[in-house]
Amino acid sequence: MIQAASLLAAEGGGNPLIPHTYELVVGVFAFLVVLVVVGKILTPRIQKTLVERTEAIEGGIQKAQDAQAEAQALLKQYKDQLAEARHEASRLREEAREQGAQIKAELREEAQAEARRLVEAAHIQIEADRQQAFAQLRSEIGRLSTDLASRIVGESLEDEARQRRTVDRFLEELESSSAAVR
Amino acid sequence: MSTLTLLASGDEFTPPGLELFDLPPIIPGVDWFTKPVLLALLSTLIVVVFCWSAFANPKIVPRGVQNVAEMGYMFVRDQVARPFLGKDADRWMGLLLSIFFLVWIWNLMGVVPVLQFPVASHIAFPIVLAVSIYVLKVYLGVKHQGPVGYFKNMMFPPGLPKPIYVLLAPIEFLSNMIIAPFTHAVRLFANMFAGHIILAFFSMVGFWFLFEKLTPLGAPLGVVGVLMTIAMTGFEMFIQFLQAFLFSMLAAMYIGNSLHAEH
Repeated sequence: MIQAASLLAAEGGGNPLIPHTYELVVGVFAFLVVLVVVGKILTPRIQKTLVERTEAIEGGIQKAQDAQAEAQALLKQYKDQLAEARHEASRLREEAREQGAQIKAELREEAQAEARRLVEAAHIQIEADRQQAFAQLRSEIGRLSTDLASRIVGESLEDEARQRRTVDRFLEELESSSAAVR
Repeated sequence: MSTLTLLASGDEFTPPGLELFDLPPIIPGVDWFTKPVLLALLSTLIVVVFCWSAFANPKIVPRGVQNVAEMGYMFVRDQVARPFLGKDADRWMGLLLSIFFLVWIWNLMGVVPVLQFPVASHIAFPIVLAVSIYVLKVYLGVKHQGPVGYFKNMMFPPGLPKPIYVLLAPIEFLSNMIIAPFTHAVRLFANMFAGHIILAFFSMVGFWFLFEKLTPLGAPLGVVGVLMTIAMTGFEMFIQFLQAFLFSMLAAMYIGNSLHAEH
């Protein structure tokens, strides 16, 4: 310890609070070198880069916001168009349904009218046929009656056999005439 | 290592003292070229090379070393410069970043294996930085507040009852003009000085009781010494960072006070 202390005393560095002159010089040199290189040359560079980075990020954010706004506007536009198209489609569907119903109703009515017309025509035809048949029958019956009466009256005095033959003949004629009519 | 053999030569354990800080010239005959001087210059080289590789050609999207150095830059800017300098922070970042990096690397030399000597434990180095800041502080104060205004703002803050100034003015003058630069340098120096002694003490305990004089009774003490050396090395690294931070923070505070009169 004594040896160490004498060593210290010899070098003049006994008190740790007393700076060595050469260390002061080296300290100044070291500090100046760092100050010039790091402080004066490099710090402005990184500061410039940091500003640029901030701008780049802000620019990027702005761009992203713009893109998002644009996308939102497009989306809204598409949604509006879609809603409009849906509306239009439903409107068309409704219209078509109405038209279809109308057409169906019209057709039904037409068909019913046609059916009625046909039935009516058939009725008229039947009535006409009946009238005709009736008229024909009436004239035939009259003629036949007169015929039969004249024959009965004309041959009344003849015998029963003739009478019977007359009747038979009449009936045959009637039959044949009716067959002819048919 | 020469101090170690010197101490271990006796039969009794001698705790390390001031001789730890008295190192012979590395090259005999070249008196100025000692270990602290070598390490101070080496630290300068490390800071310059590190910062050059990071910031010489900085990219907007940082890679590798630039990322690491930017963390340091951001730390100094957000924790040191901006709280004390506000909008003037960017103008003084060069100085504060240089001080922070240089002091930190100086301190870190205390735990780098083989080197193991904190440069700032020699008071000359903190004095250089503290005096530089002191000169800058006074210059800026006189420039921005005027020669009279600077001392008036310092010693006679407005809004106090008149008799108080009799007491306050000398205290403020003393504290700002004499004590502040002294404590600025000594705080860093003393922390590194004490830290180095603590590390040397515990490692010497371990070395003495486990290698030099291995006895059944002394061995556990040696183990404690080794464990404490490891623990204190971690703690010392924290202190080294803290002191670098504090030193640059005080520098920022002094500059800030000179730019704008406080109180």
